[in-house]
Amino acid sequence: MNRWIRAGLPLALFLVIAWFLLKGLDRNPREIPSPLINKPAPSEVLEVLDVLDVQSQALRVKDLKGQVWLLNVWGSWCSGCQVEHPLLNRLAAERLLPIVGLAWKDAPAQSRDWLSRLGNPYATVLMDLQGKAAIEWGVYGAPETFLIDKDNNVRFKHVGPLTADIIDKQLRPMIEQLKH
Amino acid sequence: MSQALPNQLPPVPLDEAQQQRLRKLYTEIRCLVCQNQSLADSAADLAVDLRHEVQSQIAKGSSDEQIKRWLVQRYGDFVLYKPQMQASTAILWAGPFVSLAIGGLIWRTVQRRRSIAPSQTSPGREDQMQRARQLLLADDDEKGR
Repeated sequence: MNRWIRAGLPLALFLVIAWFLLKGLDRNPREIPSPLINKPAPSEVLEVLDVLDVQSQALRVKDLKGQVWLLNVWGSWCSGCQVEHPLLNRLAAERLLPIVGLAWKDAPAQSRDWLSRLGNPYATVLMDLQGKAAIEWGVYGAPETFLIDKDNNVRFKHVGPLTADIIDKQLRPMIEQLKH
Repeated sequence: MSQALPNQLPPVPLDEAQQQRLRKLYTEIRCLVCQNQSLADSAADLAVDLRHEVQSQIAKGSSDEQIKRWLVQRYGDFVLYKPQMQASTAILWAGPFVSLAIGGLIWRTVQRRRSIAPSQTSPGREDQMQRARQLLLADDDEKGR
């Protein structure tokens, strides 16, 4: 009996450590859990930003109260944004929810050019020229996407380009649920 | 590929003591873009913005604690190299001491067993030989009788 414990204990210890190390391999160190999840979204900082003049009737952030909406942080300098852009265009065409674009430290002329070339999925594009609003949202790498509920709480955040998989399997079910 | 807008914010004037606080704070804050660099070392655009933000907060008279809390509220615990003591990080802080205590317990048990052991084992080789000789002699005596 004693011998079994003496042999088994190091083995058990080894297995526990090995399990943790193995789990660690799957984790993406770039995905940092946002402290904003289930907390009020810092929407006020968006209200003061200037709007990029790409549409005649841009939505105002104030009017988003009581709605489920998406905030997408992008820039014409960001290559990952170009990857996800067709997906945003498709999502916007469905008219499922308003998508607000935050042009993060992007020259307005380049933002405008980018949208005219690749299409504009945004209900409004806000210009964060100094990057201050992005800091309030805890943005650290574009593209980043936030889902905000009717009560102005952040419910979901994705860092990096959206994929069809993320939109269909994570975003859509959440949007459906939050809209009801 | 176009570039992100450079930081156009004017530098914040700080006195010598504030500069010192700033330098120390920078080394305690992680740059989230290049995670193995502190805010002091990073050349990432976001790091430039965050440095400016920390500077203006120091100039406004915020304490180091306030600035750290401000950062954690936006970027999470990960932004600090030394996580703050709270329920979710308790295991990080207590872990080393707990394993030290467990190791100490094991060490003591092993030591105690060793110190009991010698009295139970057979006496030295010399003693054994002596006893064997005596027994043999006694045996011979009996036969001779």
